[in-house]
Amino acid sequence: MTASTRYTRHSFYVLTENSLTLVSVVLFSIILLLAIIGPTIAPYDPLTTNTASSLMPPSALHWFGTDQLGRDICSRVLVATRLDLVIAASAVSISFVIGSLLGAICGYYEGFLDWLIGRGIDVMMAFPLFVLAMALVAALGNTVVNIVYATAIINIPFYFRLARAEINVRRHSGYVEAARLSGNSNARIILTYLLPNALPTLVVQISINMGWAILNAAGLSFIGLGVRPPTAEWGIMVAQGAVLVIGGQWWVALFPGLALMIVVFCFNLLGDALRDIVDPRRRT
Amino acid sequence: MGNAQALLAIDNLSVEFRTRTGLVRALDRVSFDVSAGEIIGVVGESGSGKSVTAYTIAGILDPSAHITSGRIDFQSRDLLKLGGRARRQICGRQLSVIFQHPRIALNQIRPVGLQIEDVVRAHTSLTRAEAQRRAFDMLEAVKIADPQHCMQLYPFQLSGGMCQRIMIAMALSCNPRLLLADEPTTGLDVTTQAVIMDLIQELGKKLGMTAILITHDLALAAERCDRIVVMHAGQVMEIAPTAELFRNPMHPYTRRLGAATPGPVSDISELDIVPGSVPDLRRQNLPPCRYAERCERRIKECDIGPVPRVAVGRDHFVACKRAL
Amino acid sequence: MSSLLEVSDLKKFYKVDRSLGREKIGSDNRRSRASFLHAVDGVSFSVSESEAVGLVGESGCGKSTLSRLLAKLLDATSGSVRFCGDEIGPIAADSFTENPYRSNIQMVFQDPIDSLNPRFSAFDVIADPLRRLKHTKGQMLDSHVEAAARAVGLPGELLSRFPHQLSGGQLARIGIARAISVNPKLLILDEPTSSLDVSIQAIILKLLDGLRRQTKIAYFFVSHDLNVVRLICDRVLVMYLGIVVEAGPADIIFRIPHHPYTKALISAIPQIDPELREIKLRVDGEPLSPIDVPQDRCRFAERCPFVASKCRLERPPMREVEPAHWVACHFPLGIGRD
Repeated sequence: MTASTRYTRHSFYVLTENSLTLVSVVLFSIILLLAIIGPTIAPYDPLTTNTASSLMPPSALHWFGTDQLGRDICSRVLVATRLDLVIAASAVSISFVIGSLLGAICGYYEGFLDWLIGRGIDVMMAFPLFVLAMALVAALGNTVVNIVYATAIINIPFYFRLARAEINVRRHSGYVEAARLSGNSNARIILTYLLPNALPTLVVQISINMGWAILNAAGLSFIGLGVRPPTAEWGIMVAQGAVLVIGGQWWVALFPGLALMIVVFCFNLLGDALRDIVDPRRRT
Repeated sequence: MGNAQALLAIDNLSVEFRTRTGLVRALDRVSFDVSAGEIIGVVGESGSGKSVTAYTIAGILDPSAHITSGRIDFQSRDLLKLGGRARRQICGRQLSVIFQHPRIALNQIRPVGLQIEDVVRAHTSLTRAEAQRRAFDMLEAVKIADPQHCMQLYPFQLSGGMCQRIMIAMALSCNPRLLLADEPTTGLDVTTQAVIMDLIQELGKKLGMTAILITHDLALAAERCDRIVVMHAGQVMEIAPTAELFRNPMHPYTRRLGAATPGPVSDISELDIVPGSVPDLRRQNLPPCRYAERCERRIKECDIGPVPRVAVGRDHFVACKRAL
Repeated sequence: MSSLLEVSDLKKFYKVDRSLGREKIGSDNRRSRASFLHAVDGVSFSVSESEAVGLVGESGCGKSTLSRLLAKLLDATSGSVRFCGDEIGPIAADSFTENPYRSNIQMVFQDPIDSLNPRFSAFDVIADPLRRLKHTKGQMLDSHVEAAARAVGLPGELLSRFPHQLSGGQLARIGIARAISVNPKLLILDEPTSSLDVSIQAIILKLLDGLRRQTKIAYFFVSHDLNVVRLICDRVLVMYLGIVVEAGPADIIFRIPHHPYTKALISAIPQIDPELREIKLRVDGEPLSPIDVPQDRCRFAERCPFVASKCRLERPPMREVEPAHWVACHFPLGIGRD
């Protein structure tokens, strides 16, 4: 049995062992699918307005109803899937790479560099992170790209701390000493020995982070600092629908809100499964 | 076993553990007696079940453990049938335990003097002042220099050897009838080990205490114990008085184990090995004798029927159908 | 037999920060009137080609530090280390990775589980030094790894397994295979069998002995167990609180120790055979603190049952009391008092 077949079999085992895991994986696949094909299968154009049919409750014609400008909410929710996932994935990738590398370097070398960067990160964490994101977007400008950067930056500390702790604990292990005896340079030890061993913990963080990043982007849009109308994005949609709830039009905010909730929930569940797949000690 | 003088009698004890990867049959019909006043050694390698036996006696098994059969008679009461409260009264007062890795077995955030006091007050009706006095006396008994100062120290301020002395002080503070010592000197320096074992023997004799010494070190058991129980993969292989066991080992495993110990051998070519490895205790198809698959004296009968306990001498028992 | 390794007055100190009333161990790169922890306090010895030299001592004596100094994983504070005649002592540990001698000095570690990367298969573990130091690839790599596995008695089909799927004995073999895969001249073994069961220890010891006879590799065997060292090594050094207190042929040191500490060590080891049991020499108490060890007296004086006034006034030099048998004691046992 080759290493790759064994890996696939192990992954399969992990995914099917626990029903919750299976649910989260299936859910994630659906979400991913919708992100990819969403715009194609949307029944209506998400941007087309039709004031005649504004604020219609859910019906056979409009499954999720229409918003105040007569746009089909179902189509908008579907199309927003892609945008929100892309924003979150980009932000998380950036913060994961930068935060983990920085944390690994600090955890490995310790000393003054560690002290300096660590204090910098502490300063960052002293701010309420959402407020920091707001400040960044306000300063840099109100674009989708800037939301990604802002979300990425405020998430760096989490990866930094995790990576630093994981690397620092393992730094004095026998196998790191053995690696140096075998001729591995410090860079190689960090990248091929220590970080891969820290991966299971980091992966769980990534998954939870995805949910948080989506909420973050949605939150920024909610307060008008993110995606601008008429772009379909869950946060904006919830913002616009929020005021209408009092007037009885519950569906405008509910469906995008539900979408947010389900996706975040799914990513949290997924974190555990991913860790089990990535950690070789869980292999039977 | 039927030894009327036995302080502790383990009869037919079997223990299983439910784990993620299967059911581990940790102990298989373990039986042996401990007579009053003796030091008995339970010797085995990793996976032999010696620690599980100790923990079962002390009543501190992991919740995933399941005692499937057997009884442990202590002062003619079956410990396994006792309820939690009655059990706790015995353990700590009549029956004491000292563990491996003394520094981590102690409470890190409480001065050691107070920890001894806690034990004394939990099991006796002494007042605070009397318990304090008792703690001081115990520290003197375990030969700690300057007991007054030591009482206020925390475990991290003490060396491994000193922590083990504290453990011994705690364990003996209520004059137990039986001391269970689970690898008490593993991890300590060999010079410290000698001193600690001297202490245990000396105090034991002074207090008229019986001791069960669990160890993987055959030589340690040879030097300190009156009788030895040899365990392998959860089964008792042989029981004999110490001198007899080494003069005349009857079980193939005992013989091999002795020959694999570096001490008595003068050249490495004389060092024997024990072939094979301990069987996976999760297997469904474990043979009746768990040493059979590694044994050079294996015969067809070894796989059929339970392993008998054969008396081969005065106080000398072997669990083997084809003893040497 | 020429000298493979020559160590002269090797020292390793750690600066101890006594500020705030607490002690903190730091690196020794800031000069001040601070205290120093003398982990290794002036050690000198040599190892010849294909010789097995043992180092025994208890916890805190500095044997782990010494083994890492020799393996160039740590930088020495002072002293000389000559390997094959070349001075390698001052070379920084960090840059020794690129040194051509790196593959000639290898190490086997104590804890087989801790010394193997959990994400590497057995094959990758053994192949690592070959890939990094010898740049071996492809077919050559496969055959070298398989040869190393064969040499340590590891079945080929276990090479694709991961550490958590292997037993202690198998992991120990992998550690040895990794170290010998690049054909080192000197193998430093840091308590290689201490965490193994007796039955497995016997197998590994025989394996190590066999390997040495076959490949003429030299061993520096660190252990707390004199019994084990006696079987494998030609010569033994006894270490106490950072210095060597006795050095001599393995069998002789064991039968006729001259330093009281050695005698205490030997008599503390339990023996199965009652006839081999020595009259016990017990030393109680704890060693002196290695921080700012007094240099003007015998550091074993406080615990020595035979201590005399001279011992507290003068540091005993290392003297050759018998051919090839050295002791650092004013009144070596069995030699006759001055």
